[in-house]
Amino acid sequence: MLETTLFYIFSFVAIVSAILVITQRNVVHSAIFLAATLLAVAGIFLTLHAEFLAGVQVIVYVGGILVLFVFVIMLIALNRTEVERQFNRQWTLAAITAAVLVAEFAYVIFRGKETFPLPSATAAAPAIAVTGNSQLVGVSLYTNYLLPFEIASILLLVAIVGAVVLSKKKTAED
Amino acid sequence: MNIPPVNISSILPAAVLSIVGIAVMVAEPFVDRSKKTLLGWLALAGVMAAMLAIYPMSENRGQWYSNLWIVDDYNIFFHVIFLLIAGITILTSLDFLEREEINHPEFYSLLLFATAGMLMMSGANELIMVFIGLEVLSIATYVLAGFRRTDLKSNESALKYFLLGSFSSAFFLYGVALVFGATGSTNLIEIAEALRSSSLQITLVYLAAALMLIALCFKVAVAPFHIWTPDVYEGAPTPVTGFMSVGPKAAGFAVFIRVFMTAFPQIQDRWISIIWMVAALTMILGNVIAVSQTNIKRMLAYSSIAHAGYIAVAFASGSRRGVSAALFYMLAYALTNLGAFAVVTILSRSEDKLTNISDYAGLAAKRPGLAALLTIFLLSLAGIPGTAGFSGKFFIFRSSVESGLLSLTVIGVITTVVSFYYYLYIVVQMYMREPGEEFSDLRVPASLKIALLIAAIGTLYLGLLPTRVLDWSTTAALTALR
Repeated sequence: MLETTLFYIFSFVAIVSAILVITQRNVVHSAIFLAATLLAVAGIFLTLHAEFLAGVQVIVYVGGILVLFVFVIMLIALNRTEVERQFNRQWTLAAITAAVLVAEFAYVIFRGKETFPLPSATAAAPAIAVTGNSQLVGVSLYTNYLLPFEIASILLLVAIVGAVVLSKKKTAED
Repeated sequence: MNIPPVNISSILPAAVLSIVGIAVMVAEPFVDRSKKTLLGWLALAGVMAAMLAIYPMSENRGQWYSNLWIVDDYNIFFHVIFLLIAGITILTSLDFLEREEINHPEFYSLLLFATAGMLMMSGANELIMVFIGLEVLSIATYVLAGFRRTDLKSNESALKYFLLGSFSSAFFLYGVALVFGATGSTNLIEIAEALRSSSLQITLVYLAAALMLIALCFKVAVAPFHIWTPDVYEGAPTPVTGFMSVGPKAAGFAVFIRVFMTAFPQIQDRWISIIWMVAALTMILGNVIAVSQTNIKRMLAYSSIAHAGYIAVAFASGSRRGVSAALFYMLAYALTNLGAFAVVTILSRSEDKLTNISDYAGLAAKRPGLAALLTIFLLSLAGIPGTAGFSGKFFIFRSSVESGLLSLTVIGVITTVVSFYYYLYIVVQMYMREPGEEFSDLRVPASLKIALLIAAIGTLYLGLLPTRVLDWSTTAALTALR
């Protein structure tokens, strides 16, 4: 019961701050709400007994990536972004489309209630708490998921090379 | 704790590409500035080595790395397609990069990594593998699209592709998460087994399949998820456009067919009708809008959308024959389209000058050889008998008629007739109009000659003697549909 309540609280915080991230005009505010989202997700990991993932989430995303964001915001000109209009003026159209979509989904789910029973709220009990989940993550990364783990290194390399290629200064060669 | 066996041979082609990709960058500082093109040839050698590496890979059939990676005829067929695409793209780029003064060897590295990503996608037996392969391919392609850094159109192309592409990747990942929530597995075969048991939250599976379908439809650029295509294709460097119009598309379909045929056969009656609609819409939109294009790169972009529609028709037949026809068509289309883009690359000037269709007026009088080659490729794209495009379309429509998709076949044939107009319009321009543009200072370097030769021979071979390749694609389709 407590876990369910916590889950709903964390999810609510995560979703609301995620919406605020994209609607705030001030970039610094966006960054702070992003931190709130990421921390709330870390909270969800905690309720699932994935303490290791929660720690990684806080250290890597909040501690690492977000700090970088803030640094970048500090280094670029902020004044312009506040003046610029962030959105196009199609709120009405978007709202109508979304409403129609919601109605459609609601109708389908309502009609299909008997044919397709909705998922019951039985969360799979985590049996992993015994071994300690940092060990579990490590073992599955280096045994079962060895191949994707190795390809992830290529992925990171591609991202680094790509960033350098696109952002390096124009040299005399160009 | 048991450690699964590591079998390098089974992933050798992708490993070779990754290593050569790194080697190109490591070698760069030691190569003289004027000889950077040598690194392109090194990359090409890497692609050929990877091609040879298919042989040891094919000796290791079966599932490897805790069933994440599968070596079967389907995977091998796609390895051949992807490596051919990579090879021809490098050959097309060698001269282009020098001419455009963007001769940075990272281009070849990124191309090799992108190809390695595609190889990973075609052999993935597991959704996380699919996702990582997809990301390697996508991120490398975003950068390649923006490789002309000083060109605003190229920037626009990269940014649009990046924003929409990462959005669609998120859709895919969300689908993976939901399917894992419903079935407790990300392995395609285990998902199919879980679906066979009755006690399942089927709503979640429908939702997951729908999300993945959206993401993959975006990646292969079929309507209504095709909006990004013309702008991205127009702004990207021409050889990259050629690559994007065949490589990621074929890789997307490789995953599409594998995931939906292996993991979701139980709910086939649900998704097949969506594919039906997507195919019809794509063929109509792609072909009709292509008619009104004045820029050849944009025209080929819409034509590539239309061709994705034909492949979707084959997929919608949902049969072994349909998959076989789709595989054959992807090979035929890849060779033909890369050939067409190679000609466009030769004729274009810096900053994409001379890429309007009107610039091609009277080309036949000035450069009869190039005009003849472009004619072959355009006729093949249109599907005139004797070319690869005809055999491909013939097999596709045969499979769709056999599966009882008569109305879809009729739409396909009618839109093919529409496509004759815009393909043949270029032929008319080249042969029957007065020359407007001087093409006298044009040089066709050896690398492009080789690329054109491979593409032309492939196009004619698949058009005149398609049976051998068709038999092979049928075997490949058989292994994909267990």
